Amino acid sequence: MDLRKLFLKANNEPETNGLLPRSRHIVCKGCGRKTPVARVRREFFVCPSCGRYYTMRARRRILMLTDKRSFTEHDRELVSRNTLGFPEYDAKLLAAREKSRENEAVICGTARIEGHEVCIFAMDSYFMMGSMGAVVGEKITRLFEYAADHRMPVVGVTVSGGARMQEGMISLMQMSKVSAAVRRHSDAGGLYIVLLTDPTTGGVDASFAMQGDITLAEPGARVGFAGPRVIEKSLNQALPKDFQRAERVLACGFIDAIVPRNEQRTVIGKLLALHEPVAARKEDSDGRL
Amino acid sequence: MEDYDIVCGARSDGRLTACDYITRMIPDFFELHGDRLYGDDRAVVAGVGTLKGMPVTVIGIEKGKTTEERIVHNFGSAHPEGYRKALRLMKQAEKFRRPVLCLVDTAGAFCGIDAEEHGQGRAIADSLAEMSALKTPVVSVILGEGGSGGALALSHADRIFMIEDAYFSVVSPESCANILWKDTARAAEAAEMLCLTAPKLQKLGLIDRVCPKNAPERLAADIAGELTVLSAMSDEALLEARYRRFRRIG
Repeated sequence: MDLRKLFLKANNEPETNGLLPRSRHIVCKGCGRKTPVARVRREFFVCPSCGRYYTMRARRRILMLTDKRSFTEHDRELVSRNTLGFPEYDAKLLAAREKSRENEAVICGTARIEGHEVCIFAMDSYFMMGSMGAVVGEKITRLFEYAADHRMPVVGVTVSGGARMQEGMISLMQMSKVSAAVRRHSDAGGLYIVLLTDPTTGGVDASFAMQGDITLAEPGARVGFAGPRVIEKSLNQALPKDFQRAERVLACGFIDAIVPRNEQRTVIGKLLALHEPVAARKEDSDGRL
Repeated sequence: MEDYDIVCGARSDGRLTACDYITRMIPDFFELHGDRLYGDDRAVVAGVGTLKGMPVTVIGIEKGKTTEERIVHNFGSAHPEGYRKALRLMKQAEKFRRPVLCLVDTAGAFCGIDAEEHGQGRAIADSLAEMSALKTPVVSVILGEGGSGGALALSHADRIFMIEDAYFSVVSPESCANILWKDTARAAEAAEMLCLTAPKLQKLGLIDRVCPKNAPERLAADIAGELTVLSAMSDEALLEARYRRFRRIG
């Protein structure tokens, strides 16, 4: 037993895009410059030299968006089963758990953002590319049900390659399950703010990523239904450079705003404040809301 | 029969397409066109008519039979406009308290630049969310190919039927084999693993009934039977049952 492992928590490992994991510097894939890990953290995992966005893990994301020590995790113990007996899936799950030190590809819970109580979920691309199987679907569904019961808003951060192939139709139908829960939460008057990060594709794009009341995205994030290689192959032509990039998707009318990382918390906080029940809003000095 | 043979069979010529089922089950079918937003996607054929004496809205994904027909219907791969037309007519059905019948036969939603930029993901997401709240009974039948999200978009129903030699899958066996082994030639193995045939999906509790092939008359009777049961339910009970139907999966 490696004793060090006992003390390593999932949330204190710097995200490094797989480069020099334990080193104190991160080499940027974009510009090749070295930056100390501490600085990268301070800069919200954006390269200080070239502005490249590094992959951000789910737990780190929640820490970044929520008020200090306000997060309580839900359903952490849920783990996937190989219901279909899909070859090599058990081993893949085990490897994903080891690699990510998470039980599944989404983290759910309650927290405060700038003082506002929210239900929050964040997906983790380190766990099988954030793919959605039964457990991911179940956790997000439960979160929306909890939010509807407690009249709370939901803030979600998506990153996913889509439905998880290894669970076959069970994973595809999670799209239906989650969509129904999102709709119930919405019908109960609940606010759902979704933040799309790179990449949000496939079955997640075609369900809860596109069902927010307010849809935000990170700069440059890939957002789309079909994989770009699939389209390229079927059309036999090169795709435009900005194809499926957040900026282009916004221009097409499917995103409300692109928000840089260092502003995400204040922007979401502000939007939450604008959706507080009128009685709970603070009046300004003139007595206006 | 091997699972991959079923997949190949579901793609083959000479099968009854959505329009064949529509003409045989709904003799007075009247087609309605357009999504009222952008265009009319002919991959989706939709309209009104009576099924066993019951007025219904029917929405089918049509592949076409001759080359010309196939081009008109885009080989049964819908654009966002197709899903939006379907949704428009489902909302209309709700208004007039008509049940909805969806006939699904597609390799998948269309993959292309236009489809993406017109919001393919959003169109499917809307379809799923709206169907989950639709206050009228919905029955979906997978006629041949049930290709991933593009088929799922019209399958958020109270009852999902499958023709015995149809398939419904999260991914095509070829793509699955390509992702797993970088070898599309192993599609047959992948098909076996994906549990995509009607009997297997029924065993998993994901679909409700397996229907005999080439029997539109029998299918019409089965659908009418279900619609009669569903129509007797209150809106609340219907929506709650539909919610539970999907809630228990996984």
